[in-house]
Amino acid sequence: MADADTNTLKRTPLYDLHVSLGAKMVEFAGYEMPVQYPAGVLKEHLHTREKAGLFDVSHMGQAYLTTTEAPLGSDEAHEKIAAAIETLVPAEIKKLKKGAMRYTTLLSEDGGVLDDLMITRLYRDDLQGMLLLVVNAATKAQDFALIEKRLEGVATLEIAEKRSLIAIQGPKAAAVVNRLLPGALDQPFMSVRPHYWPASGDGAYIVVSRCGYTGEDGFEISVPDSHAVLLAKALLAAPEVEPVGLGARDSLRLEAGLCLYGHDLTPEISPVEGNIAFAIGKRRREEGGFPGADRIQKELKEGPKRLRVGLKPEGRAPAREGAEIQSTDGKTIGAVTSGGFGPTAGGPVAMGYVEAGFEKTGIRVNLIVRGKPLPAVVADMPFVPHNYYRG
Amino acid sequence: MSVKYSQDHEWVKADGDVCTIGISAHAAEQLGDVVFVELPDTGKTFAKGDDMAVVESVKAASDVYAPISGEIVEVNSAIVDEPAKVNEDPQGAAWFVKIKMSNASELDALMDEAAYKDFAGQS
Repeated sequence: MADADTNTLKRTPLYDLHVSLGAKMVEFAGYEMPVQYPAGVLKEHLHTREKAGLFDVSHMGQAYLTTTEAPLGSDEAHEKIAAAIETLVPAEIKKLKKGAMRYTTLLSEDGGVLDDLMITRLYRDDLQGMLLLVVNAATKAQDFALIEKRLEGVATLEIAEKRSLIAIQGPKAAAVVNRLLPGALDQPFMSVRPHYWPASGDGAYIVVSRCGYTGEDGFEISVPDSHAVLLAKALLAAPEVEPVGLGARDSLRLEAGLCLYGHDLTPEISPVEGNIAFAIGKRRREEGGFPGADRIQKELKEGPKRLRVGLKPEGRAPAREGAEIQSTDGKTIGAVTSGGFGPTAGGPVAMGYVEAGFEKTGIRVNLIVRGKPLPAVVADMPFVPHNYYRG
Repeated sequence: MSVKYSQDHEWVKADGDVCTIGISAHAAEQLGDVVFVELPDTGKTFAKGDDMAVVESVKAASDVYAPISGEIVEVNSAIVDEPAKVNEDPQGAAWFVKIKMSNASELDALMDEAAYKDFAGQS
């Protein structure tokens, strides 16, 4: 375990709240974050699937990207900012509706994934020409530096240093959020809406996104640091809500088949290999115009040389990151990139990369765990069905 | 005989020349929810410090080392079927294995309850 000097670690505005709730704090991406609360990873995981869990994700990077090529508040401004960001990501941003968001990837010139991120077209008419970007904590400094440099002269990037991000996930999340922020119940999946909260008095400007990283319905709420504790406490006051740490966040996303950047996606892996080709817009597959388009278009047409797949070990032993994947005749065909025990799946689950030819569901492989072959099958993801709001 | 502890957080309780072995309550708490246990076959022999069993929690996999040398005479398959028992009663019903000691003097090197509490508090 990395024993980083705690003096150099950053804390989110919710740090004291985590400690008062009995959290075990660990280093993650330069922050002291709660890995679990007294309930423990297993119960926190199951509670999220059953009711609602609250997660501090304030370590993630939030930034606003604004066009300098057209006055804010016009459709033209959106077209300009969309054209700018589309030079760095393969998603369809131009045709995004107001208040809609997309999952996509920041690409290297080789078509490798430098990060995965959420891009949102803001909802308000007067803010057309601005996009909200939410990126991973470990990569945020380099992401923002890259975006700023590459879009110099056409857009400005304002990092939202003073904003926290609180996720609430689970089947009861919408009901809970709706009590504080009326309208949340009917908010479309993958959309954002602005609110002032608390509604009375000097409310803070908060941005509510209906998305998440657990496979459940839920929200990520961007809130000024000044109001973060107040909002977290208001959400935790709901009887359905329990705090959930990074441990369960990881097992939840693994069961949902979602990638953890730096593990399941890296600068060497393309979005096609990563099995997230849905992050590439339809128009953009034809047109290209994003970094590494040659490689990515070729992989889309001919199939990638390797692919991220789900893996289900037989028996109860989990296979973890780094475990070699072998064909049944003993040839190395890949490696596990994430794996563990799925509390809802009720057994071990994993994902990893296999050579082309081994990606079909049902193919039998061996995972090398503690030097012994552990039989497993290539399995469909998610391991636990997604439970997103579909209106 | 009273319970003794290794520096790797195993407990040992000797009854004649057979020792019952498990992981300490402190270790179980540190591991978190146990989801998988792998035990050795009976008849297998281990030297003190050998990898003897595996315990995995939702967080990570850990080796369990033989705190004394000897031959496995019995294993607790109940914890293989229900790994959560390790969290419920680590120093009771959720014992791991019974070993027939080959060198009883190895017990002297293990910590008593008070020494282990000191040790675990610092680790």
